[in-house]
Parts: sequence; C-alpha cells; structure tokens
Amino acid sequence: MAVRRLAAEQPKSFSFSKKNEEWAMKQIAKYPEGRQASAVIPLLWQAQKQAGGWLPEAAIRHVADMLGMAHIRVLEVATFYTMFNLEPVGEHFIQVCGTTPCALRGAEDLIKVCKKRIGEQREVSKDGKFSWLEVECLGACVNAPMVQINDDYYEDLTPELLEKLMNDLAAGRKVKVGPQIDRQYSAPSGGLTTLKGEGK
Amino acid sequence: MLADKDRIFKNLYGVHDWGLKGAMDRGAWDDTKALITKGRDWIVNEMKASGLRGRGGAGFPTGLKWSFMPKESTDGRPSYLVVNADESEPGTCKDREIMRHDPHLLIEGCLIAGFAMNAHAGYIYIRGEYIHERDRLEAAIEQAYEAGLLGKNNKCGWDFELYVHHGAGAYICGEETALLESLEGKKGMPRLKPPFPANVGLYGCPTTVNNVESIAVAPDILRRGAGWFASFGRPNNAGTKLFCVSGHVNQPCNVEEAMSIPFRELIDKHCGGVRGGWDNLLACIPGGSSVPIVPAAQIIDCPMDFDALKELKSGLGTAAVIVMDKSTDVVRAIARISYFYKHESCGQCTPCREGTGWMWRVLTRMAEGRAQKKEIDLLLDVAGQVEGHTICALGDAAAWPVQGLIRHFRSEIEKRIDDYAANPHGDSVLQAAE
Repeated sequence: MAVRRLAAEQPKSFSFSKKNEEWAMKQIAKYPEGRQASAVIPLLWQAQKQAGGWLPEAAIRHVADMLGMAHIRVLEVATFYTMFNLEPVGEHFIQVCGTTPCALRGAEDLIKVCKKRIGEQREVSKDGKFSWLEVECLGACVNAPMVQINDDYYEDLTPELLEKLMNDLAAGRKVKVGPQIDRQYSAPSGGLTTLKGEGK
Repeated sequence: MLADKDRIFKNLYGVHDWGLKGAMDRGAWDDTKALITKGRDWIVNEMKASGLRGRGGAGFPTGLKWSFMPKESTDGRPSYLVVNADESEPGTCKDREIMRHDPHLLIEGCLIAGFAMNAHAGYIYIRGEYIHERDRLEAAIEQAYEAGLLGKNNKCGWDFELYVHHGAGAYICGEETALLESLEGKKGMPRLKPPFPANVGLYGCPTTVNNVESIAVAPDILRRGAGWFASFGRPNNAGTKLFCVSGHVNQPCNVEEAMSIPFRELIDKHCGGVRGGWDNLLACIPGGSSVPIVPAAQIIDCPMDFDALKELKSGLGTAAVIVMDKSTDVVRAIARISYFYKHESCGQCTPCREGTGWMWRVLTRMAEGRAQKKEIDLLLDVAGQVEGHTICALGDAAAWPVQGLIRHFRSEIEKRIDDYAANPHGDSVLQAAE
C-alpha cells in the first residue's frame, strides 16, 4: 500500500473536451447495460491525459457524474491505482522501474541520474520539463534496466544513455523508443538464437 | 533444442508483420470454423489431453478449467471469457510480446475458448502501462472484425464480441477475482472464494479467467493435435513455454522452448551463458519474484518445469527466470522484492497489509547487518503467519521469497550481523520494527 493524497492546489473545474466525450461514450458502450461503472478506469485515464498528466479532483467528480457513480467510489479508484497521478508532473514524466530484475542490471544508477538532474521524486524540475518516480515492475524485464516516459518504454539503458535521452527530450529532439542499444525487441542482443528462418 | 517448426510464437521478436495478413501467413485463423464444428466437448477434451497447464503462474490445467463452465445457461445469465493480460509479476514480460507481435494468436484463441465455454463475449484486461501494446491489440481486433472473423454471424460460426479493457498500475489485479472487481469499476481487492468465478464471476455471471499465453497456444494445440503438444516436456509438464530470462546473463531474452529444458541448456543456448561463467552463478529465481530463490548448485541441471522446481521447494510460476551472479547482494535483492509486495498489497487482509511492510523493514535492516540473529527466526515465523492466512495468494507470494532466502542464505544474513556487530555503531540494534 502507498499513501496517496490529492494535491493541495486544485483547478476549480474540469470537463471532457467534445472529442473525449465522444470517445468516452464509445468506451461505456463496451459494457452491458447498467454496468457503465466498468469504464471508470479508462475514463479517468483519459481525463488525466486531458488535464496534462495528472488527475485533478474536479476530473474525478466529473467522471463520477458521467457514470452515475458516487464521488467517493471514483475517489477510491483514483487513489487505489498508482498510474493516476494525483499531483502535477513534468512534461516528461519519467517512471524508473526499480524492482529486482531491473535493480540487478543497474536501475539504481538510473535513479541517481534522475536525482542529479531533476531532484527528489515527485518534484517537478524548475523548467517544468521533468519529474520522476520509482515504480514497480513495468514488465520489460529482459530489457532491463528501463524507464517509461509518458507513454513510451525506453529499454536497455545505461546512466549515459538515460542522460542523453533526457537531453534530447529537453531539447525537443526526436528520440528512439524501445531498446536503446542495437537489439531486436526482446531477442538476445547478440543476434537471434531461434526463428532465424527468412520465411514468414 | 526445440525446432523452429514446433514453435507457436513465430513472430516473438516482431521481425515479421503483426497484422492479420502476416498472422494468416503464419497459420493463424486457418479454417477456424472446422475447429468450431468439431464441437465443444472435442475442444475441451483436446485441451485436457494436451496437458496444457495454465501459463499465468499457478499451473492449473486449462482444459479442466474450461470444463467447469456451465454448458447451457439455465437462468439466463451469459457466460464470459476474461483474459488476464495484467502481466506484472516481476521478471515476466512474455504476454507483452504476444500482444504486440502476434496479437491474432490471442484473438483467435479467445474466439475458440469463448465457444468452448459458451461465452459470446470476452474482455482482455491489459495492464495500464502497456499503452502501445493496447493500441496494437485494439488494431488487431479491429482487423478481425473487418475480416468478418469476430462479431455477429462471423465466418467462424460462433458469435463473439471481444473488448480490450485496461488497468492502471495495480499488480493485485493479476489475481483473477481482483481483476474482475477492477473490470467492474472498483478497487482491485480480491474476492473470497467460493463462489468461484465459473459460478459467480464478472457481473455475477459464470466467468473463466485465463492467462494470455494459455489462450494464445490453444488454436495451435487444436490444429496440430494434443499429442503434438504433449510430446514436449516431461509427463505432467507438457508443451512449449515462453521463458523470460533476465538478470545476470550475457544476453537476457524471451525465448520459446520445450518445457523441462535443463536450466544450463536454456542459459547457454539462448542467453550467452551466465555473466562471468558458470562458476560465477550465485542463485536463480526460476518463476517470477513470487517463487523462492534456488541456489546455484541445485538449479544448474534442474529441468525447468512445474514438478522439478516444486521438488526444490520453488516453482515454475510464469517461467520468468531471474539469474543472479556472485556480485549480487542477495539480501538486498530479496528485500527489494519485499518492498514490491509491501507496495502492491491491496490492504484488505491484515496479515498481508501489516506483514509485508514488517518483513520489508526487517529485511532492510538485515541487509545492512543491523539486526539480531534471533530476528531471523522471528522473520521466518512472521512469514509463516502471513502465508496461507489471506484471501488471495499475494500473502503467500510475499512470504515465499523471504522463506527461500532464509532457507538457503541464512549464513549470509548471519555474517552481515556479525560484521556489523564487530564494528562499533552509535545506534541500537534493538530498534523496534514499527
């Protein structure tokens, strides 16, 4: 369990954009009649995206009203699931996987880079570009160590590669997603040992 | 070594086209209707005969699980198939490859499994962090609808709607009843069983929850025959399996291999050996962070399957092999796993909510040596009191790594305590563990 609280400073109001509103209706339609509460996580996630990477209280209430749920039920969901950021994050929100498989391959060094460059966890850098958080297993263990920045995974990192990545992002340069070394996704880095056939 | 022709996941590394055309070239969706025509009982019996054990960790026979579903709805409740794609067990990253590189194997499997359990609707619950994998899966489902393979009056002869749902970063939602709670729009807190999901699952209706890999291998098993699948691995451990090898090997990777492949062969053939050579191997966690650690001498020639690893008091779990060489601080490594369970405990059951944090704090002190030797037995005692005393298996999963550490590396903990005590320190070792 982790202690998770709403941010002290909150925007006054929130409502979905027209496009997101339509998208939300499509999500709700995935579930049987009367089960629209099922859409709460996808809707909160979309609200977080619209609000700039974090979930204001007003958005939680807005989603609750849309789904006909009690506010407290949606607040429970928002505080239970750790991908909902309850306070503002940087433009590039870096989640460093710190669980054992990544730790064995040097995640702690990545954390040092984040600390040096950005500061403590959850702190947004002065220019608003970055914030970081140590998270639990992101499920890319054979490409450890890795970080998730906004929607993208950056894998097979070293402290140097992460620093370069942050420089590129800060400067608005295009970056390569996925493995940061020469490697075919999760295949062995030295070259394929199976499925070598040209075929299909 | 398993021959390429016997591999189910032919696009594991994303070299080829993930889309419908590529998948069909590789053999997916090949006359699915013929399989459906053979009937529900035939499918369930083939699955049983194949010896496929669930790939999500527990290893429950998949065919048997399907057979628990009601054959007919007598009370008007629909049946549901739910696919557990909430892959979060530390060390595990196999389902991700299936969903982003070969999603049609999963989609076809869903249709067949849905037919076998009389379900006209299925939900794939994918973890929230897998954003691109989710997009890929949704795109593939869209392709299947457009090709008339899913939906009403489709070419396969079984009406089936398939939806993708996502989570938002909770490991506990990989537990099947927590997943159902989450899918219903609540906090992911596991339910008491019974009633089991096959009777009362999603929305109170009969539901079967299967792992991605279990579902994705089903079409190939049915096409090639139960005997083909059962020919790999030792008895009771049949089939091919995706292994995720991470940690201190020269080339960590995902690979599909035959079950019961010896550990040494797996590492040498695909991962370029252990970093620093075999003499540098310290230990291995063979099935994801939940299973107990196994020291080098025991694991090296062990067949990687359910039964052999159980004999070593560990388990195959999700076949997420975490290798540790001698540079590893093993106490810290397990303490980090304990932190994971502390972080991911849903807080519903007291032994887990309080126990996971307690174990983490004590282990953290032990990693520094700031403890007393009698606390080792106390820790073991507390782990035993968490294990088996919670609604779901997260309590067990938190206790097992700790028990494994003490079983095999007690002397290491004692050495640290001695080293620490040999040097003068200001603070007291009697500090309460809160």
